[in-house]
Amino acid sequence: MENYGLINQLAQYLITGITVGSIYAIVGIGFNIIYNATEIINFAQGEFVMLGGLVMVTLVHTVHLPMPLAFLITIAIVTLVGLLMERLAIFPLKETSVMRLVIMTIALSILIKGLAMFVWGKNSFALKPFSGDTPLSLLGASIVPQTLWIIGITVLLVVLLSLFFGRTIIGKAMSACADNLEAASLVGINAQRMVMLSFMLSAGLGAVAGMIITPMALMEYDRGAMLALKGFGACILGGLGNFYGAVVAGILLGLIESYGAGLISSGYKDALALGALLLVLFIKPSGLLGSAEASKLKKF
Amino acid sequence: MGRRNLIGILFFSIFILLFPLVGRISAVSHYVDIMIFVGLTAMITMGLSLLMGYAGQISLGHAAFYGLGAYTSGILTAKYGINPWPALLAGIFLSAAVAVIVGSPSLKLRGHYLAMATLAFGEIIYIIFNETVSLTEGPDGFGNIPHLSIFGFKFESILANYYLVWAVAIIMLIFLLNIIHSRVGRALSSIHGSEIAAMTMGVNASRYKIQVFVISAAMASVAGSLYAHYVQFINPPVFDLFFSIKLLMMVIIGGMASVWGAIIGAALITFLPEWLLFLEDFDILAYGLVLLLIIIFLPKGLFSLPGILYRSVTPRLKSRS
Repeated sequence: MENYGLINQLAQYLITGITVGSIYAIVGIGFNIIYNATEIINFAQGEFVMLGGLVMVTLVHTVHLPMPLAFLITIAIVTLVGLLMERLAIFPLKETSVMRLVIMTIALSILIKGLAMFVWGKNSFALKPFSGDTPLSLLGASIVPQTLWIIGITVLLVVLLSLFFGRTIIGKAMSACADNLEAASLVGINAQRMVMLSFMLSAGLGAVAGMIITPMALMEYDRGAMLALKGFGACILGGLGNFYGAVVAGILLGLIESYGAGLISSGYKDALALGALLLVLFIKPSGLLGSAEASKLKKF
Repeated sequence: MGRRNLIGILFFSIFILLFPLVGRISAVSHYVDIMIFVGLTAMITMGLSLLMGYAGQISLGHAAFYGLGAYTSGILTAKYGINPWPALLAGIFLSAAVAVIVGSPSLKLRGHYLAMATLAFGEIIYIIFNETVSLTEGPDGFGNIPHLSIFGFKFESILANYYLVWAVAIIMLIFLLNIIHSRVGRALSSIHGSEIAAMTMGVNASRYKIQVFVISAAMASVAGSLYAHYVQFINPPVFDLFFSIKLLMMVIIGGMASVWGAIIGAALITFLPEWLLFLEDFDILAYGLVLLLIIIFLPKGLFSLPGILYRSVTPRLKSRS
């Protein structure tokens, strides 16, 4: 009977790990998209997630829009924030160092956080789950339906993004810019527009992550930084710029945290995940799926 | 060290010497206290600017060395009754040792990977401060840390601590300026220019990088020890990731290519919340906005501001004559 309990618990940790990891993966992909276009790490990435959650809460609970409609409008609003951010703060700095741009994104994240505090205050907000909260039973673990939404939407996003980068002209153009910006400009790709698009796409992705996590974890104005930290970890662990790397690494980090918290110590769960990340970097400096050759082509 | 830097140090020392006079004006009398924190922070940012501006390496983990210094001093003096001076030395040795252990593998990483590695290191140390409750009292922190004293003189008052902190900071400044204008400094800038080119010229890049990392860690540790003895109470939030990010911001906003810039950056970012206090809850908005404007309009940092102003004034003066 005891063994059965342990297996149940392990299954529970597995589900929790994958759920949390899915969010890290989406945030990590967001980092990668902007990195590929600009070589900068966008420290305001977590702010997109926070905005996604809070805008959705307002649209659903204050404006009383139906959920699917609110979902789409939230994506549109946060994408617009990404667009404004690039046009007003990143674009005017063109021809500058990567470091200065990174610091700019830090300033932007402080600014967005300030605006969010101004609009929503300092309270945590709850969002109702997408489809009820009666727990389901799977592998002996009990699961709230929102978990399935999170995992399902993450899978859907990964599929859609692979199709986008592999099959569409714009997506291919973005990948070309990621590989070699100058060569891409030479064949007539408008690199400026790709940078703009990368910010929009990344903001939209962040919004989705925020909307699907809020029913499980609440959301408040200063949550962005912590989410960004984990997403950044996922994107570095997977190999900077590598799309699938971020997915694998995000879920891996989620699993280490969840099993670490359950089996070793909840206080040290983040230390365990970060320790594993350091270990991987010391052994393979370009991340799990990153290529040392490719990273040599980048200035940063 | 160069005549300009000598003159700079002279004027700066006079400024520091006379600054406490503002304490007589009641509205800004607490500025002396804030300046102590500027001095402590400047010790860290000066080391960071050597690491970033000259050696071209990033660190998002320096709050951890600040914390290691503070906790070593705090624990040894408050809990084991050890004299503060050997405790301060112990902090330096611990931070330097940790810097060698973490720096050797980390500094082989490049760019964002190095940023992530140092960030992860800083966060792990922060978690350790929080979780080793038997030693650090965890999130509650602990007090009863004695003031420093020398030859029977106790650094108790704000003014005494002010002069102590700034004396140490200025010694560090002179030390760094000497390094920069020596063979080591030139080797460092060659690494920043191109690591491969530097290595072909016989510069042992990885050794220099680790040395600078250790120097900057030791400086942060001294700052941490002095912090612990001044405030007499320490708890983990002071040494968190956001402080590391702030330090990085100070270096860049001050002007990355200059140790002087690191001091200016530390002063601005430390004083800014104080100046924005009248905005109450809106201070975070204004804070972000000020940073944004500096980054947009002063690409080379605040340190370049006098030069820009000077150049914008001189053509007019010339045309007049």
